[in-house]
Amino acid sequence: MPKIKLPRKSTHIDMTAMCDVAFLLLTFFMLATKFKPEEPVQVRTPASVSTDQIPEGFLLITLDKTGRVFFAMDNLNDRQALIEKVSEDKGLNLTPTQINNYINGSSTGVPFSQLAAYLNATPAEQSDLDKTAPGIPTDTTGDFQTNELAYWIVAARYTNPQIRIAIKADGEAGYPEIHKVIETLGKQNIFRFNFITDMKGVPPGTALAEEQAGGAKAQ
Amino acid sequence: MAEIEVKGGKKGAPRVDLTPMVDLGFLLITFFMFTTTMSKPKAMQIQMPFKDSTLTKEDQNKVKKDAALTILLSRDHRIYYYQGIGDDPNAPPDVQVTYFKDKDGIRDVLIKKKQTVNDLIQQGTLTATDKPVVMIKPDTNSTTDDLINILDEMTINAIPIYAVVDITDVDREFIAATEKANPQ
Repeated sequence: MPKIKLPRKSTHIDMTAMCDVAFLLLTFFMLATKFKPEEPVQVRTPASVSTDQIPEGFLLITLDKTGRVFFAMDNLNDRQALIEKVSEDKGLNLTPTQINNYINGSSTGVPFSQLAAYLNATPAEQSDLDKTAPGIPTDTTGDFQTNELAYWIVAARYTNPQIRIAIKADGEAGYPEIHKVIETLGKQNIFRFNFITDMKGVPPGTALAEEQAGGAKAQ
Repeated sequence: MAEIEVKGGKKGAPRVDLTPMVDLGFLLITFFMFTTTMSKPKAMQIQMPFKDSTLTKEDQNKVKKDAALTILLSRDHRIYYYQGIGDDPNAPPDVQVTYFKDKDGIRDVLIKKKQTVNDLIQQGTLTATDKPVVMIKPDTNSTTDDLINILDEMTINAIPIYAVVDITDVDREFIAATEKANPQ
């Protein structure tokens, strides 16, 4: 059709608005999120209907599916006091770099005999070591010689006796393993603690669902 | 020397193409989406008093048999259960098997137990202060999944009193006998 000329419009899109949206989203993510804390080992926690949030500053005991126990204190400020006490009591004589490594690292899962060597390593080496780490020795007695987890817990509660304890256990971990951790806590007279779990919706028609519906209506 | 192509002609204000800027923005968004979390990672939890030192042997004996249900956690997510606390050697309890199912599973067992206790209170066999009590005894071949799921069922069904206790040899014999009777 040579004679008829189609009016051509410009295919130019003004990208200013798109750019604004992108940076708005970016600012939201930067302000509203925190970097994921490093974990020494991937743990799949079981699901539960509980929706309680755990407050800041707690002791985290991680139990992976082979039964290895890792320990960490969530509050970075108290970690220095903890590691210095441990270093003094167990005669480890940790250097300031090792202490720094502990404060900035994630959970530890090595017995005291290997702790100094573990803290000497860089974070990259530490994550490698975590794959084969034997875990903190735990058993059902309260004896600090064989049950190092008991010692860690006592040392951590020395500075803050009210600190809460959270257990992050893999769903496939056998009952004897979780029983050891619970017994360790029991020997320290700790009967209230939390399990970290995934989310699960409340099944409809159950007592809890009715309670929640009743509570919502009352409000 | 290279020249920068500016659209919009040479007259008037030069217009800058913002497409690469948008790409950069979305790249950064994707980075933050993958490496951060919205909420505190430890958002959900079960909180419960485990083996409170007040639940001693005396308290266990105070548990009325009619109000009690014993749950044994076993391998492969199996649940064995029986009414009462199984302390009478002359009358071994009727051990049944169930699983963690939404229908015809342990939840229905717990709902039925609550109803039975309510009926007994109506009848007068139990006093109004008696409540259903569940004893949970995990066997060594059960997993943490089983333990947390059963504790969750306690919350879901609003069971007022429950306790996790060690499994006894008597209970293990019950399990062995039931398995022998129903080879599956």
